[in-house]
Amino acid sequence: MVRGADIVVRSLIAENAEFIFGYPGGAIMPVYDALYDYSDQIRHVLTRHEQGAIHAAQGYARVSGKVGVVLATSGPGATNLITGLADAQIDSTPLVCITGQVAAHLLGSDAFQETDVIGLSMPGTKWNIQVRRVEDIAPAIAKAFHIAKTGRPGPVLVDITKNAQVEFGEFNYEPCLGIRSYRPYVAINPTAIAAAAQLINDAKRPYVLYGQGVILANAEQELKGFLDKSGIPAASTLLGSGAISQDHPSYVGKLGMHGNYAPNILTNQCDVLIAIGMRFDDRVTGDLKRYAKQAQVVHLELDPSEIDKNVKCAVPVLGDCKQSLPLLTDAVNSNNHHDWFQKFRELDKEEKAAVMSYDLESTHGGLHMGEVIQLINQFKDENAILVSDVGQHQMISWRYFHYKESRTQVTSGGLGTMGFALPAALGAQLHDFKRQVICVVGDGGIQMTIQEFGTIMQTKAPVKVVLLNNNYLGMVRQWQQLFYDKRYSFTELENPDFIKIAEAYKLKAVKVTERHELKEAVAQMILHEGPFFLEVVVEKEDNVFPMIATGCSVEEVRLS
Amino acid sequence: MNRYTILVYTENFIGILNRITIIFTRRGINIDALTASESRLDGIHKITIEVTVTDEKIIQLSKQIEKVVDVIKVYYFMDDEVVYQEIALYKIPTESLDPSLEKVIRQFNAHIIAAEKEFVVLEFTGHKEDTQALLEILKKFNLLEFARSGRVAIAKPKFSITEYLNNQT
Repeated sequence: MVRGADIVVRSLIAENAEFIFGYPGGAIMPVYDALYDYSDQIRHVLTRHEQGAIHAAQGYARVSGKVGVVLATSGPGATNLITGLADAQIDSTPLVCITGQVAAHLLGSDAFQETDVIGLSMPGTKWNIQVRRVEDIAPAIAKAFHIAKTGRPGPVLVDITKNAQVEFGEFNYEPCLGIRSYRPYVAINPTAIAAAAQLINDAKRPYVLYGQGVILANAEQELKGFLDKSGIPAASTLLGSGAISQDHPSYVGKLGMHGNYAPNILTNQCDVLIAIGMRFDDRVTGDLKRYAKQAQVVHLELDPSEIDKNVKCAVPVLGDCKQSLPLLTDAVNSNNHHDWFQKFRELDKEEKAAVMSYDLESTHGGLHMGEVIQLINQFKDENAILVSDVGQHQMISWRYFHYKESRTQVTSGGLGTMGFALPAALGAQLHDFKRQVICVVGDGGIQMTIQEFGTIMQTKAPVKVVLLNNNYLGMVRQWQQLFYDKRYSFTELENPDFIKIAEAYKLKAVKVTERHELKEAVAQMILHEGPFFLEVVVEKEDNVFPMIATGCSVEEVRLS
Repeated sequence: MNRYTILVYTENFIGILNRITIIFTRRGINIDALTASESRLDGIHKITIEVTVTDEKIIQLSKQIEKVVDVIKVYYFMDDEVVYQEIALYKIPTESLDPSLEKVIRQFNAHIIAAEKEFVVLEFTGHKEDTQALLEILKKFNLLEFARSGRVAIAKPKFSITEYLNNQT
């Protein structure tokens, strides 16, 4: 017989969890006490805030492909997880969060640090459960892991009352192999494959849009195989970046509000649109009424609720794209769409002239964010991971970072959570100390979770933090400039001395204000062995272009 | 907009009803009526939801409900595809009992299921339109209280949850 708390830890070990990101407190103390005995089998990372813990687990999960594990106490410990849960839910990140809860007999009595975590977390979890008896702990954790990682992944929360943690029970761990009400995968329908192939083979201007679904399905090779044979131009969503190398001949750029010019405009000129593992987010589509109306849509998608949700499709191909893509590859003709590719190249020239030359090649005036990213490209490893926060720097770093490998892109896509990057970068780095993890943040976002410098200090995770400081909440300011008559309502910041803060946390810190200092500083950062903080003071009022303004169509993407 | 009956078969799991209703809440859709009870199969619950939405919305709603881990299967039907009933109870002061009320009771084939010194309780089942019609009449008899259930429904098209569960992929 062992204590419930030991069952919690041994269940996590049985699920091959390497890391627990967490923060202790009253109602989870028995589990923390148990952890003391298992530190050789599982590593606990003490963050400085529960939000930091869950974002770190997200960063870890996104780069490792494994389930991120979070541990927190009841009440405020649990409520501090809510942002991360919502983020993981909308970005389909597999997490198992374990929260302590007051003893079962106190439930509903407004006991100290009691909150209805099940009710609070319900909309932000794929599944959640409260465990009130010791014998239910292991089965609940087994089910949690199964649900988190299968099908369309997502966050799961297991709330365990304190009495269950201290009661004694048997430990016989049985992994969950299936749940009768839950069918995460459907068989591929051969008729759908045939219909999709027919459309693609007859198409004059077919166009592939790929999203994170390809990465979550580990179907990067299958996508490459499909593109190699079909010769169809392919554009990436924000979270799909890295699924194929940007050097692949089919790659034509990035989609959406701040994506590339050609991929947006030509969405409304293709005749067959092949969406793979993407969900037609409004940041990708712009005005739906004027989105790809001329095209017949083929949608390869695992989640049935995504079919026809935003864009009506002619041929849904339901199921895991790791299975459907090879079938489709077999059924399509070899082709190269030379003239069609040419259209992308021509529009690329316009974007290069109007946007990129300013972003990347300016020689005077304030520094531009793009210049920093371009220098990072020069020095980074092929498999370096870019973690970005939310805002202008996110869009700029996404636009200019050279994605060559899968799982090198970590950012808060669907929820747009400022403060995500610093802890997420820590989690990504802990997965592999040898990989370069470059965390690009703005001066707004970094201050939302800046306490996680403490966790970087304590774990010695060699994260490279690049602060692009424009002294503004830049993206909001950009909107104020473009759509609110330059009324800069509460977007200018009086900032602290970030270098002093970083140094207080024992990070090597360098500040760059001049263009001629930048290259050396970036090189120094990349080569530095430990954690490094690079602050770059950039132009205050730069805007991110191209841009599809809210309510506009993809073809109304503007260059200035 | 059409009136639909959604039949949801679920595991008997704490919080499942909440997980289903928040799908409606989030989309600002009002549930017209809802009933939940055990189905004929042990451990499987049946939730019947009546909702007025567009054809497009009902498809999305049922897919979202079916996505819930503990939901086994979702079906939705138009009114003419289901056999459904609602039960209504009417509390009337005893002093209102007179020959004209007797006529109404006979006409509707309602039942007196409780009789106290002060009041009687009438029970009548049917479609909402029917129970509503009786309600309007009884208002003239100093109706004291009224209660109506959500619909219980059985689908006309053939389907079998048992068969569905046996065809595990």
